Amino acid sequence: MDLKEKLISSFMAFEEQLDLSSPIHEMRTSSLKQFEKLGFPTKKHEAWKYTSLAKLLKNDYSIFPKKETVIELKDVKKYFLYDIDTYKIVFIDGIYSPFLSDTTHDGIDVCLMSSALSKDKYKATIDKHFNTIANQNDSLTALNTSFTKEGAYIHIFKSVVAEKPIQIIHFSTSDQGPMLLQPRNLIVVEENAQVQIFERHQSLNQHQVLTNSVTEIFASENALVDYYKVQNDLDDASIIDNTYVAQKAKSHVSVHTFSFGGQLIRNNLNFFQKGEYIDSTMKGITIIGEKQHVDHYTLVEHAQPNCESHQDYKGIYADKSVGVFNGKIYVNQIAQKTNAFQKNNNILLDDTATINTKPQLEIFADDVKCSHGCTIGQLDKDAMFYLRSRGIPKKEAKGLLTYAFANNVLESVKIPAIKSRINKLIANKLGVSIGHDL
Amino acid sequence: MLTVKNLYASVEGKEILRGINLQVNPGEVHAIMGPNGSGKSTLSAVIAGNEDYLVEKGEITLNGEDLSEDDAEQRAHKGVFLSFQYPVEIPGVTVTNFIKTAINASRKAKGLEDMPAKDMLKNIREKAALLEIDSKFLSRSLNEGFSGGEKKRNEIFQMAMLEPKLAILDETDSGLDIDALKIVAHGVNKLKSKDNAVIIITHYQRLLDHIVPDFVHVLHNGRIVKSGTKELAHELEAKGYDWIKQLAD
Repeated sequence: MDLKEKLISSFMAFEEQLDLSSPIHEMRTSSLKQFEKLGFPTKKHEAWKYTSLAKLLKNDYSIFPKKETVIELKDVKKYFLYDIDTYKIVFIDGIYSPFLSDTTHDGIDVCLMSSALSKDKYKATIDKHFNTIANQNDSLTALNTSFTKEGAYIHIFKSVVAEKPIQIIHFSTSDQGPMLLQPRNLIVVEENAQVQIFERHQSLNQHQVLTNSVTEIFASENALVDYYKVQNDLDDASIIDNTYVAQKAKSHVSVHTFSFGGQLIRNNLNFFQKGEYIDSTMKGITIIGEKQHVDHYTLVEHAQPNCESHQDYKGIYADKSVGVFNGKIYVNQIAQKTNAFQKNNNILLDDTATINTKPQLEIFADDVKCSHGCTIGQLDKDAMFYLRSRGIPKKEAKGLLTYAFANNVLESVKIPAIKSRINKLIANKLGVSIGHDL
Repeated sequence: MLTVKNLYASVEGKEILRGINLQVNPGEVHAIMGPNGSGKSTLSAVIAGNEDYLVEKGEITLNGEDLSEDDAEQRAHKGVFLSFQYPVEIPGVTVTNFIKTAINASRKAKGLEDMPAKDMLKNIREKAALLEIDSKFLSRSLNEGFSGGEKKRNEIFQMAMLEPKLAILDETDSGLDIDALKIVAHGVNKLKSKDNAVIIITHYQRLLDHIVPDFVHVLHNGRIVKSGTKELAHELEAKGYDWIKQLAD
């Protein structure tokens, strides 16, 4: 039985253990039908031309966690942002870990999707938002919806500034063989409210894990959302991240994605602008090697006038690694005075590394500024000689220049603890020492 | 200190240096002058170990040691320093961190521990003061957004920190106003000793008014066509390079 069949045949059992009268019961059922119809994407699909899931789908994943695993904080502390005070929503093999978490209902809701889906007090918010911007025609999103059970639920009420960043951390363990995880997150940020979120997925032992995650983010008028994703997982871990962002007038949302490790990473990042004077920022640094594969697939839909979008993705590829960047910018006919900028700069450290980069601009308004640029290159020879002539050996010189190449993406990271953490991860990854006072 | 014997070098198949001979002794300052395209920058790049240039024949030795098999970083560890005409910008790496990295890389190559932070800081402060460099400047990203003068001053600051045996200053005077030129020259003069040597590569006389050379060599078509003392530089300034070209042809 292949994975698709296994998922379809497991669905009844899955639903039975949940509340069949749940408001999303019908949604689950129709999404499963959609997944059944569409199946997993293959390289024949234009959007998956350079990324194949075929090998991953051969694993015999367990679809439901069989038992709860206990993890000691001291063993996993390093994966958290531990030097600043934060709220935490932590899952182990898809199951909520109250021991590692720190949730709240004090002025904001930082809690679980499972309770949001089952309790009356959240019903209005769920009805209004859940699965309203997730793409119904995307088979992986539909699959996630049909098996929606757990994830993070974050609601920042009108004019509230969340005083601490929120961490969403998923651990997986090797106890249960290959595992498919499908977290579902909902983030609602009301008018004039602000929040910062940090998300990480981490395997604790080498084992096949595939995460198919869906996150819906709603930013109301004048809201501010900064979202940071760290993808630095072990070699056998893969993730398909489907993130959908809907923004209302004057809101600012940024998503930074740092992809440093894992077997296969696919980021489907979608921004829908639904008002004027909106700012959408999408940035990423990818540093991979060996046979790793990272695919950024972005979409910005400019539907109203006077909005901006800023995309800046830097990629550094060594060995036989493969990078993909596909950035689509859509500007509606009425979206005059749109400023849409997109950059994708790449360095191939070895001849065996590959990058496929493709901007896609669909512009139907005439008074807009749109720019896109992609570059693929090697490290500058003059710069290498400069560093080496100062006594810095070749390997360190490469590392320093690569670091310098990626560095400007970090300028827009607002939380110093995240910036210094990412700096350390990059330095570590590149094998350079760049000092602590950066 | 530096001996260059019958040096031929090419870049991308094009021969640039055609038999250079040069002897630089400890405590000496040599100026290498010449028209554009005469091979001045090539000579400095070849001595410093730039892999883009191919040494066809001849030899370069430093204190009797053959440098031909050494990478640029190994030459730096042995005491060669090249001040660049166009220093490279490195975003995200501060001047301080860069120089720390460079110094500790050299120390590591010599089997020494990292320089203690306290000594490093003291050293940085002293050398920055010598070149009238503000402490704020040291925490900026290396060469990023620096003016031409700031870049050159920063090059000499790095030279001061690395304490080379042989410093080659490639067109250090270009892009400098007179005040910056004086600061740079003052720094170089302070760093001069009986144990080290300086080669100044320049098109013009003006830096040589402030760093007085013991010997002046004129390069044309990849050969040293005339050598003399500082008076030769004045002669070149007055007469231009045409008479040298005629002399050579």
